[in-house]
Amino acid sequence: MNTSARQFKEQATLLTQDLRHRQLIQTAIGKYEVVRDRVRSRYQDWNAARQAAAEIKWEAVNHLDEHLTRFATQLEARGAKVHWASTGAQAREIITNLLREKQARSIIKSKAMTSEEIHLNAALEQAGFEVVESDLGEFIVQLRKEPPYHIVFPAMHLTRHQISELFTRELGSAPTADPEELTLIARRVLRQKYVRADVGFTGANFAIAETGMISITENEGNARLTAALPQVMVTLLGIEKILPRLEDLALFLPMLATVGAGQGLTCYNSFYGGPRRPGEPDGPEEYHVVLLDNRRTELLADAEQRDSLHCIRCGGCLNVCPIYRNVGGHSYGTTYSGPVGSVITPHLRGLLEWKHLSYASSLCGACTDICPVKIDLHHHLLQNRRNASASKPSRLERLAFKVFAYVINRPGCYALVKKVGRMAQRLHPLVKGSRLDPAYAWTKTRDLPPIAKQTFKEYWSSRK
Amino acid sequence: MTEREKILGRIREALSVAAPRPGGAHAESTPAAASVMAQSSTPRSWLPKVGEGYAERLELFRQQSSDLKTELRVVASTGGFRDELRRLRESDGWKKIGAHAGTLVKGAIADLGLPVCWTDSGYKVEELENCDAGITECDALVAQTGSVLITSRSAGGRALSVLPPHHVVLARRSQLLADLPEAFALIRQRYGTDYPSFISFVTGPSRTGDIERILVLGAHGPRKLTILLSEE
Amino acid sequence: MVVTLFIPCFVDMMYPRVGISMVRILERLGHSVRCPESAACCGQPAFNSGYWDEARTVAEKTLQALADSEVVVIASGSCGAMIKKFYLDLFRGTPNERAAADLAGKCYEFSDFLVTRLGVTDLGAHFPAKVTFHDGCHGLRELRIKSQPRKLLEKVRGVQLVEMAEEVCCGFGGTFAAKFPMISTAMGEVKCSHALATGAEYIVSNDSSCLMHIQGLLDRQKSKLKTIHLAEVLATT
Repeated sequence: MNTSARQFKEQATLLTQDLRHRQLIQTAIGKYEVVRDRVRSRYQDWNAARQAAAEIKWEAVNHLDEHLTRFATQLEARGAKVHWASTGAQAREIITNLLREKQARSIIKSKAMTSEEIHLNAALEQAGFEVVESDLGEFIVQLRKEPPYHIVFPAMHLTRHQISELFTRELGSAPTADPEELTLIARRVLRQKYVRADVGFTGANFAIAETGMISITENEGNARLTAALPQVMVTLLGIEKILPRLEDLALFLPMLATVGAGQGLTCYNSFYGGPRRPGEPDGPEEYHVVLLDNRRTELLADAEQRDSLHCIRCGGCLNVCPIYRNVGGHSYGTTYSGPVGSVITPHLRGLLEWKHLSYASSLCGACTDICPVKIDLHHHLLQNRRNASASKPSRLERLAFKVFAYVINRPGCYALVKKVGRMAQRLHPLVKGSRLDPAYAWTKTRDLPPIAKQTFKEYWSSRK
Repeated sequence: MTEREKILGRIREALSVAAPRPGGAHAESTPAAASVMAQSSTPRSWLPKVGEGYAERLELFRQQSSDLKTELRVVASTGGFRDELRRLRESDGWKKIGAHAGTLVKGAIADLGLPVCWTDSGYKVEELENCDAGITECDALVAQTGSVLITSRSAGGRALSVLPPHHVVLARRSQLLADLPEAFALIRQRYGTDYPSFISFVTGPSRTGDIERILVLGAHGPRKLTILLSEE
Repeated sequence: MVVTLFIPCFVDMMYPRVGISMVRILERLGHSVRCPESAACCGQPAFNSGYWDEARTVAEKTLQALADSEVVVIASGSCGAMIKKFYLDLFRGTPNERAAADLAGKCYEFSDFLVTRLGVTDLGAHFPAKVTFHDGCHGLRELRIKSQPRKLLEKVRGVQLVEMAEEVCCGFGGTFAAKFPMISTAMGEVKCSHALATGAEYIVSNDSSCLMHIQGLLDRQKSKLKTIHLAEVLATT
């Protein structure tokens, strides 16, 4: 077993037995589900909306070269600078050089999973810049020096008491169990950072090819301040974020809010199409957009799973996933967790190192059902398993399935095995549930039913 | 070769193999879903329904505002803006306001008797931050979602509507639109290809649920959003 | 009609009463039942583990055994999904592609067969108990079977059906249960707590594989809550 798989198993073992964690996540997601379903029920036809969204993303992704070119051309025509990065390292270098050139010291950031993906904060800090996350959840996990627990709700795993202790320790604030006071503490600290920041850094939820705009969805207003106050603005986004037309947002913005947060529309949906224009009173003098590939083109090359580039990072599949709910976001050890993370991580970071995530699924399909852009998530997990077995099969497993096939395909042999099994299971109580038990993986926590005194096939032949 | 050419080259190579259309054999148990885009080019038929006529739109907007914790005040004419602002000045103890030189705004704050930080031709961030409210106009209101559509051109820049703790929007009856598709049509019609650098749908006051999914208003942006709608 | 009944390997070995109940119900409705000896397993364990060649070896045998049927009834939603949906993938581009598509068209999961194909909901069953229903995920999301078992339960005399708070996987997932037993167990515990909260005496399901996992957990916890397959409920008189 490789390192990533071992770590996943260890973490998952801890978290699945942590009843406090289970309760916290069940409650948080339970609240979300109630509002999500209420908002979704207002749609005249949710499934038609999903189909339309899937078709629009299909169009965008399957003509990505044209749309990206158009996006960049439009944006540059309005005075922005577009940078292209094939790898995370290139993106980090582009951004670091830019900050040096601007003689920037402090950077205020709004939430960007893409920056987590390329470990941007660590690189910038190492280069001597002060980097502050401004989204409340991101701010909290940054203070804790840990990655976000969830792509939409980064601090979902923490109680208000833990956050209060954290703020007391790191910010010197008085302890409080009131979420409003805690929010106010963060607001006060971060306001100062905004005013002082030299550069505002954001991610993007969508990139509109036709008009050359990026769209940012948020609730707090931190991204709006990030894009309003500093003199330089930088946006990092994956090349798959493209939508062809501005009007497409009339569908995508409410759908993202519905599945992502159980809202009809999130508080602020803002489109940025360049630096401050003549006659405008504020906004950055300079606007830089960094387009990131980082192996997305490898995913694009897999036509069978190309639809996973439709993902709008709503987090809906994480919320409904019973595996995610039980192992928690950190166990995955990936930037993108939950079902979509299990699908795409093997493409972005190597199949053999990350295939275990595709096996860690009961294939229940709740993710595919909720996905607003109809990514065939749980079937892609099956395809990842097939691809992994084809490229590096486990000899033992393959042998086991060959033996199974041999036995099951020969009625006489199968009947004999059942008879032997029935005798052998008399000895089972001696080892049941212990490590000597060949069925230990099952019997550690569960009883196993015995082979029946008369199997169905025996019954059937007795009738003839 | 530049990185741009390399990335575009990889994309073109990847796309040489066609991908199945969405809603095919796997995503649905039923056969490939018929293309809904072919049937209708607007999402209006799938999104939440909005009634016909101003009265129904207003009722929906009122309902949405209440759910979002936006304060909506409907006044008979733009003259009513003055009374509402005076009331807010008293109840909230305003000392200073931020504003831009829009026709509605200028008229509404003319006799408010408070110092004003005008954002139109630049301002000091510290000064705007010390304002008790930012008073702006807007491009439209959206009944379907309870949103206010603003741009850097219609609402005094990027910061006026987000930096002060209270955002007050002045709007006219004719600006109340039915739904998002109508709002996007308006953006296109009004700005053509000369878009402002900032466009935003503001839907309720700033909020967060990042602590135990408990709703807190006023995360980074305004804690209060007041919409004054003139029926004139 | 001559109904070919496919009894999957684990039902054959561990839950023969489920199969016997189905035979009784179908015969009571006036159909004749056949169970081909050589159809033993759908091949799903190997398929789900990524070993498609090995899965095909098993699946081909089943495909051949079921091919000349008038109609096939499958005694598990999960195996039903395998045969009705995943055989199309498994045999794509092979000489059996056509046969897989033909078979898919005449396959039914048991409750779906009664309600959709035969139009029968009242089987005259009598089962005086408070029950809750667990949807196996493959039946629910691959085959879209949700209303059928409920329509059948509604007509059972004495049954009181209480739904669980959430439609969520029980955590069985085939080889997943053995590969990641800790996750599978946690999911099962959540499922059991939902079921217990309904105050039901029985968890009824149309998938014995989920019930094997759920009953295994309940037995270990010495819970009084019991599991039973829908066919056994429907076969009561």
